[in-house]
Amino acid sequence: MEKKTRREESKAAKAILITISFLFVGLMLVVPLISILVNSLSKGFGFYLSSLGTKFVSSALKITILATAAAVLVNTLFGLVASWALTRFSFKGKQVLSTLIDIPFSISPVIAGLAYIMTFGRMGWAAPIVEGINNALGTDIQIVFAIPGVLLATIFVTFPFVSRELIPVLNAEGTDEEEAAALMGAKGFSIFKSITFPKIKWALLYGMILCFARALGEFGAVHALSKTRGKTFTLPLEIDALYLSGSADSIVASFAVSSILVIMAVIILILRNLLEHREKGKSGIV
Amino acid sequence: MSKSSAEQKKQTKKQGRVIPGFGLTLGITIAMLSLLILIPLASILVYAFKMSPSAFIETITSENVRWAFLTSISASLIAALINSVFGVILAWVLVRYDFFGKRILDGLIELPFCIPTAVAGITLSKLYSDKGMFGKALGVIGIKVSYTHLGIIVAMVFIGIPFVVRAIQPVLEKLDGQYEEASYILGADRKTTFFRVVLPELRPALLTGFGLSFARGIGEYGSVIYISGNSAKEHTQVVSYVIMQKLNYMDYESATSIALVMLVISFLMLLFINIVQVRQSRRTNDVA
Amino acid sequence: MMKKNVQSITKKVAALIVAGALAVGLTACGSAGAGGSDGQSGQAGGEELTMTNVSYDPTRELYAAYNEAFAKHYEAETGKKVTVVQSHGGSGGQARSVVEGADADVVTLALEHDITLIEEAGLIKEGWLSEFPLDSSPYTSTIVFLVRKGNEKGLKDWDDLVNDGVAIITPDPKSSGGAMWNFLAAWHFADLKFGGDEAQIKDFMAKLYGNVTVMDSGARGSTTTFVENGQGDVLLAWENEAINTLKEYPDEYEIVTPSISILAQPSVAIVDENADKNGTQELAKAYLDYLYSDEAQKIIGENGYRPSNQEILKNFSDKFDLNVNLCTINDFGGWNAAYEKFFTDGAIFDEIYSK
Repeated sequence: MEKKTRREESKAAKAILITISFLFVGLMLVVPLISILVNSLSKGFGFYLSSLGTKFVSSALKITILATAAAVLVNTLFGLVASWALTRFSFKGKQVLSTLIDIPFSISPVIAGLAYIMTFGRMGWAAPIVEGINNALGTDIQIVFAIPGVLLATIFVTFPFVSRELIPVLNAEGTDEEEAAALMGAKGFSIFKSITFPKIKWALLYGMILCFARALGEFGAVHALSKTRGKTFTLPLEIDALYLSGSADSIVASFAVSSILVIMAVIILILRNLLEHREKGKSGIV
Repeated sequence: MSKSSAEQKKQTKKQGRVIPGFGLTLGITIAMLSLLILIPLASILVYAFKMSPSAFIETITSENVRWAFLTSISASLIAALINSVFGVILAWVLVRYDFFGKRILDGLIELPFCIPTAVAGITLSKLYSDKGMFGKALGVIGIKVSYTHLGIIVAMVFIGIPFVVRAIQPVLEKLDGQYEEASYILGADRKTTFFRVVLPELRPALLTGFGLSFARGIGEYGSVIYISGNSAKEHTQVVSYVIMQKLNYMDYESATSIALVMLVISFLMLLFINIVQVRQSRRTNDVA
Repeated sequence: MMKKNVQSITKKVAALIVAGALAVGLTACGSAGAGGSDGQSGQAGGEELTMTNVSYDPTRELYAAYNEAFAKHYEAETGKKVTVVQSHGGSGGQARSVVEGADADVVTLALEHDITLIEEAGLIKEGWLSEFPLDSSPYTSTIVFLVRKGNEKGLKDWDDLVNDGVAIITPDPKSSGGAMWNFLAAWHFADLKFGGDEAQIKDFMAKLYGNVTVMDSGARGSTTTFVENGQGDVLLAWENEAINTLKEYPDEYEIVTPSISILAQPSVAIVDENADKNGTQELAKAYLDYLYSDEAQKIIGENGYRPSNQEILKNFSDKFDLNVNLCTINDFGGWNAAYEKFFTDGAIFDEIYSK
């Protein structure tokens, strides 16, 4: 008797919670996205395609992919290493270190971009060093207002993403199994591979995807140190340039370029879903 | 005597580190953190110290800067709270239930990230302005969103929600049903079970998500400036906007002073959250 | 014990080296890409010359058209091909990026004050203002009202804007250099109206800015708020922006030219330090000189800016209201004085806006 009421209650709760979720995601996330897509097609499909075919867009796409790849690569490596250090050991200053890693989150992206400018730019203290290297090697390496700056800025804003996803999971797991393995004489890497990695697989994937998505859309920090369209612009900057051009056509074109970012993200998210589906073998309802 | 006790301490400390890789991982962590984040940041923050202390105080306590701090902090706290509530619900629904459209829902969570913040801001300000779809509907019941504080919160909710969901989801997946089961058997209802059994387990992850969403909101520029109206009178200027105002007239000293104060405030808040989080997870681990 | 300590230190050092190598490797591989493309285009004196023009937001179409005309002209004169790389953004931010090291050969910005900032940083030689004719401003513009079709609130001049219930859209002069022109134009009107009585002028300005419902960070943002989001009754806009909006939506808006406005003089200059380094001094001079040619002045007029050549300006009399009474920045004692008086922290703008 009692069991039945609990199930009924649970059914009601399930229905309510699912409805809330769909409403929230629908209103907060989906409608804005759809409005972007609708805007991008408001001048017809032909216009949509032609606005994606410019040389500015293809250059921006390349740099966006490069910057996103660099950010995911560096931050995944950092995330694995840092979360290992911060969860498997206790040491003095751990909380401070852990909080320092979060700093890039709370910094205005404008300041993040400026930080590199004030390091490597014309007024930066490291500028003579870069120049010295250039003179010695006969190269013409530029950091800011060039592609390396774009990569650095993208890495900066997504720096904590992977580590932040891994740390709670590793903390929740505790260290018993790793300790046991270590006491039995297992080497560091094999402990990681056979014990830790399976536990953090999904969190790692979430972190990488967050990092990917955020790197794809980063604007402020990159904007501070990337000024030339067709050379150092990423897609978000190209979108901004089109939008600010001011003609009704270019505003539609800017939404069309935005839709590339959405499509790229959707492709990655579908890939992730497939992977998850296959691995977990869950009943896949759509 | 004292020597041996010190040695003993060292010994126990070493024993705490049976897992290998401490030096290597900590070394890489600190090196990367310093090279990529801390040194560049320090290079800009030195500009704040070029100011005389009195000029520094005057800059950061001027009226519009004070209001901007208040606006940024309160709006991002409220947004982080909203995100925490909906983040828990979303993560719960995605982990615990099977239903039609679940994987689509799951896939949508990160999408706000890939939209450049400026595009998000422009789109949101249009949707929520009194001529837009949501704005019109809300206007009927007398609520204005675009160009008010509500608008700032909406933008911050939009950019912060993935953090909470994705922080909780993996932990919830790991949480097996046996405690809940036990709780039911002992006669607790669902509400009690959730608040007394499940939520404490989630709290560290929830705090992480809350902290991230809050931190992201506090520094946000692109999505906020289009929807906030940036009125000094209505106090809808956020800190990033005021920093930008200073930078536009090449006032590096003032800009970095404000950035420095913001940095210290958010560092302290994040540190607090981190410490609480570790306490929490230690407690739950001990119980387990 | 000892051995273990040594081991852990070696490990720490190794870790530092690994991380360092990683960071260096990353920047190096990134810059190899950048260096490659720079090397191709940066060659001075070769067949193809490249220069960079750092400009402000609304001039995108203008310079797209002008660069084409200039490239043709320059190739006919010298036999060399030229590619001009454009950079656009808020005028103040653009000036700042040049100071911070963006490789601009010439700057074409919204106001003299922004170029002065670059001069103060040592990148532009003193006396740039007289290097090209007419205070180095080859085109001008002014501030007009853009209103919705029908002009329901009957807004004809500045004093209509202070009426109750008028919603004004204008950018924040503390954030956008261009928006300072809007403020100064209104101030000049009030100055004449109240015969220089500063208390009354401030009162008028306080009312005017009290009617501002949305203050965006830049001129483009304000146009979007007014046009796309449908906010406000009147947009205080650059004449060229207003003309372009009207071109896009002829049935939805009207331009109202007030009795008094300000002669907005965008300025141009060669960034000497960069041009010397890049070997583009001559090219840069030719580029800015040609802005004063008849052909370029025509392009300027077609893009909604007022040509500084009075003869050619007359040909566009159907486009521009030439009867408007225009003051100049000199009526305010120049940019530095105007900036100090009105826009620094706690100056007049802060005072009237917080009223």
